[in-house]
Amino acid sequence: MDDSLSVESAVKDTLPTVFGYIGIGISFGIVAAAAGMSVWMATLMSLIVYAGSAQFILVSLLAIGTPMISIVLSVFLVNSRMILMSMTTANFFKKNSMFENIFLGSLITDESFALSMNKLNFTDGKLDFKWFNTVNVMAYLVWAASTAVGAMLGKVITDPKRFDLDFAITAMFIGLLYLQMISDKSIKLKVQLIIVLLMLPLVYFGLIFISSDLLILVVTLIGCALGVILKHEIN
Amino acid sequence: MKSTEFVLFTLIACGLVTWLSRILPFVLLKKFNLPAKVVEFLSFVPITIMAALWFEGLFTQHIGHLPQVNYENLIASIPTVLTAILTKKLLLIVIVGIISLALVRLAV
Repeated sequence: MDDSLSVESAVKDTLPTVFGYIGIGISFGIVAAAAGMSVWMATLMSLIVYAGSAQFILVSLLAIGTPMISIVLSVFLVNSRMILMSMTTANFFKKNSMFENIFLGSLITDESFALSMNKLNFTDGKLDFKWFNTVNVMAYLVWAASTAVGAMLGKVITDPKRFDLDFAITAMFIGLLYLQMISDKSIKLKVQLIIVLLMLPLVYFGLIFISSDLLILVVTLIGCALGVILKHEIN
Repeated sequence: MKSTEFVLFTLIACGLVTWLSRILPFVLLKKFNLPAKVVEFLSFVPITIMAALWFEGLFTQHIGHLPQVNYENLIASIPTVLTAILTKKLLLIVIVGIISLALVRLAV
């Protein structure tokens, strides 16, 4: 990653995340096909809902005949962490037009959010529409295409675990987390390290009580609050 | 699986709520400024959310009981973290992660 915000640079920055989208997208397609969805319906879901883990939940809830209102509420809750990510990112696009803001917001993902936060450390805290939009659109197209491929494969293969690509997303978060910690100079490394370590017991014990997808939002909120407290204690 | 129409309406409704959670912060923050305290709070979102997404992958959930450790992902995380520290190259980190998990699964 470098300080360039060109389209070319965006493509290069997004490349490492593509494996994750392909792995999870294919897995999702297989799961959707196994639940009885057609290839075009699975692909349409990736294009309309575009929500990673929430889509897996959506398919399983549809398969067991859950009422629409419960499905919509579950998807909203699982995906509500997007509110936090959009809030964080929106601060860097205040000068852009409303249309550009809505366009970027529409296609933001965990991964494009993480990439953009990393990019900030190289660009003196600047992001632009062209760069972010390229990252988002690439992710969107790869996600939809992978879903279609997965749904077609789903007629033959039923176990998505056979694709070791499912670890690609986790590996990417490990990488982006480390790179973020060493390059974000606005928070002391010691504070960041303590907060990250605190997340482990929060996640571990939280898993006893709260569904894993919702837990992400809960522990993120707790972690941020602890971060603010710790930052002031240490300074 | 329910009728195609039911599925389609559900998709549209779900798409609408996820779209709103994505764009409303952008729309509102275009008009309003966040207090400094909130901006400071949000500055911790990147590391906390990425750590949470990683750690969540290290366990298998059983509501009401302690989670089970996912040893495959835990072991594969070690070379991945080392690659991060040694190379600082995202593409390499992801590739090492994928290969590590494949090797762990071969060995088990």
